Amino acid sequence: MTSTRRRRCPGGRWRLGQLWRARRLWLAAALLGGLLTACGTAGGGSDTITIYNGQHPQTTDALVAAFERATGIHVLVHNGEDDYSLADSVILEGSHSPADVIFTENSPPLEYLQEKGLLAHVDPATLANTPARFDSPIGDWVGVSARVSVLIYNPSLISKSQLPTSVLQLAEPQYRGKLAFAPGETDFQPIVTSVEHTDGEAATLNWLNGIKANSAGHRYADNEGISSAVNSGAVAFGVVNQYYWYRLRAEIGAGSMHSEISYFAAGDPGYVIDVSGAAVLRSSRHPAAAQRFLAFITSSAGQEIIAHSTSFEYPIASGVTTVQSEAPFNELHPNGITIEQLGDGLEAQDLLQRVELL
Amino acid sequence: MSRVPGAALVTGRFHRRSRPRVLLATSCLVAAALLTPLAFLLIEAHGAGTGAVVRLIFRSLTASLLWNTVRLTIVVTALCAVIGTLAAWCVECTDLPLRRMWAVLVVVPFAIPDFVVSFGWASLTTWIQGFRGAVVVMTLAVYPLVYLPVAASLRSADPGQEEVARSLGAGRLKTFFRVTIGQARGAILGGCLLVSLVILAEYGAFEIVGYQTFTTEIFTEFDSFNVQAAAALSLVLVVLGVIVLVGDGWARGNTRVARSGALAQRARKTHRLGRAKAGVLLGFLLLVGLALGVPVGSSIYWMLEGGAHAFAGVSLLDAAGDTAAYSASAAAVATLMALPVSLLVTRHPTRFGRLLERSTFLVLAMPGIVIAFALSYFSLRYGGGSFYQTAPLLIAAYAIMFFPLALVGVRASVAYAPVALEEAGRSLGQRRLAVLRRVTLPLVGPGLMAAFCLVFLATATELTATLILIPDNVQTLATQFWAYQTALSYGQAAPFALVMIGIAAVPSYVLGRFFDRRPSQRAVAR
Repeated sequence: MTSTRRRRCPGGRWRLGQLWRARRLWLAAALLGGLLTACGTAGGGSDTITIYNGQHPQTTDALVAAFERATGIHVLVHNGEDDYSLADSVILEGSHSPADVIFTENSPPLEYLQEKGLLAHVDPATLANTPARFDSPIGDWVGVSARVSVLIYNPSLISKSQLPTSVLQLAEPQYRGKLAFAPGETDFQPIVTSVEHTDGEAATLNWLNGIKANSAGHRYADNEGISSAVNSGAVAFGVVNQYYWYRLRAEIGAGSMHSEISYFAAGDPGYVIDVSGAAVLRSSRHPAAAQRFLAFITSSAGQEIIAHSTSFEYPIASGVTTVQSEAPFNELHPNGITIEQLGDGLEAQDLLQRVELL
Repeated sequence: MSRVPGAALVTGRFHRRSRPRVLLATSCLVAAALLTPLAFLLIEAHGAGTGAVVRLIFRSLTASLLWNTVRLTIVVTALCAVIGTLAAWCVECTDLPLRRMWAVLVVVPFAIPDFVVSFGWASLTTWIQGFRGAVVVMTLAVYPLVYLPVAASLRSADPGQEEVARSLGAGRLKTFFRVTIGQARGAILGGCLLVSLVILAEYGAFEIVGYQTFTTEIFTEFDSFNVQAAAALSLVLVVLGVIVLVGDGWARGNTRVARSGALAQRARKTHRLGRAKAGVLLGFLLLVGLALGVPVGSSIYWMLEGGAHAFAGVSLLDAAGDTAAYSASAAAVATLMALPVSLLVTRHPTRFGRLLERSTFLVLAMPGIVIAFALSYFSLRYGGGSFYQTAPLLIAAYAIMFFPLALVGVRASVAYAPVALEEAGRSLGQRRLAVLRRVTLPLVGPGLMAAFCLVFLATATELTATLILIPDNVQTLATQFWAYQTALSYGQAAPFALVMIGIAAVPSYVLGRFFDRRPSQRAVAR
């Protein structure tokens, strides 16, 4: 109203004194809060990379902290709800994507982005850190860690001898009302692909229909849901990745655990290794720094962090093995399905959709 | 097109009072902003092709999702209507002991995120699963949406009508159902409308209790590269929302609640609870114990029991600061947006204005993820990615998502600001903007505060849109809680839930107090 009125002070922030005179102080204060937040979150400089993270935050946070210390490169982490919603975002963003690196729990989303031509080649030296069978077949992403699928069961509801030894038995009528199932869980889709690879489409559809009947009333959003439901006794058993059980035990203590894990028979189509991997986006504006991140997390320094982490994932690169008390990685007897055969997972989704589990 | 341009201006319809051109234009802008998610859905569904959409919608899974969604909506809405109305009546119209305390405590559960309520129950008992679990969790989380407007309406209702009914020989029960409930009917329906729409879009709570609705399925589709399928399913949800809105309009009919003017306001005779007092108190204890005690109790339990070995995210203080800043900004924006729309429908009631107002409620039936993807889409496709994953876009998303909550509060208070005072201001030579600032705003101030608080509460606990649109390296209390919870680090998740409840308790208290005041007090508050 007077000549002292100024729109903005040089720093780009609103002047407090000016707002103080406003009649609706609370309103102004609220707006100020928003604007300051907005000013504070402007994008970083050239020594900053952005990671779209589908991995569990604790794994990524530990790796990022060590990487920042080792290289001085600043890392912004954007945690997605899961791998797929991050991949959706990357596709939607196209060349505008703020992400430099995408780090996922499972290989299919990376394979999918690779097919869409959205990923850059990974440095050959980085690829060499990880055994080739855990890397992208064409070198567009690198394997970082692994988990294995197991049965989680509540011994007070089902005895170990009653458990299936093959994933195909999940469809048997004897398990009606006992099976917990998460149709949307990204960790289960590789098993569907694996069963289809072994037995063909028609048998897989039959099998899924059996699972659908057996799991009626016990559908969950994800493995976390299955794990806590089985542990609390809401349902007898389900298929999860091994690390959920170990984490739950670490969290609530062995005394509060009411569940156990059990492995499928050696080579069973349900006995699948899930590989977590990372890639540099083709649209990245900081490809060199992004490549360094991939090199770091697959180096022995990065892998040691995974080996000591309470995320209970298996390190798979640079010869590092886990120090946690779980079955050693090289003593597992998984099915022989390859990363390439697991593919982008779209066919598994189509099958799940056809039996209307999705 | 034979009309002379501008001819409409001289017809009586528009000439009677100055045409609210600015009001109309801003209201249309607001409505357009609120319909962007719908535009996004139509574009995406169109991209999928009619065949694919039809195949996705017309299958037996849709039928079972529809059944799940509809029965849950009906049961929870009915339960909320009963619990909310009874609680409001006891607090407002009876000699309930400690009524001021109850007036605040029964509102606080709205401030507890649904996924925290779910989590609290699920970690306590396996009984809370599936349909039954969804009913319990949702009813306890959203009944305040009925309680608040009904309490306000009972407070301002004309007590004379009850007295007349009694003097004409109607019994207590008959008077209650025919007169008291009749007077609060609009408020009950308004609350039920909000409850039904919120249930349609709920996700987090159902995810934890393992119950499938349209919205959980939409999330699954989003999580499997099927954005187009998700859009098609969301359109079904929008249709359900339209049905709810039409049903609400139909139930309201043309009934108007008559009263003998605001100046005739006087204290209502409080009903004696008598021997029922102990029972009613027990009921309140039970309600607050279930709705508030279980989530708070289980959070405290996990904080004490859980191991502290997992990982360090952002600090509690940072997350609380960011959450409060985002929520306050979003609440301010939504309240400002609600002002023109409220003024338009209360001051210049036309069919178009009413349609415009009702259309803004649809946004409540859309899951947060849809709104987040819609804003991302338009920002990336037409804005070159500017504002993408920045605070302004996130705040805009919140303001759009929770606009109807602001509208409910603002509209109620605008109705209490008499036009005559503004006209007096104009006649004294004040310009229109000056009148708005000096007359209208002070009158509706408390209502704006209530609207602000409602949106603040809803925003502080929002999760799904936040996960997509949040700026890098920022965590809100909800996202950090979620990160710990999915990592099964309940012990670390719990403090975030408690702080979320704490932050939200302040506006709940303000809300409880605001709706607890008499209208005359409200109108002359300044």
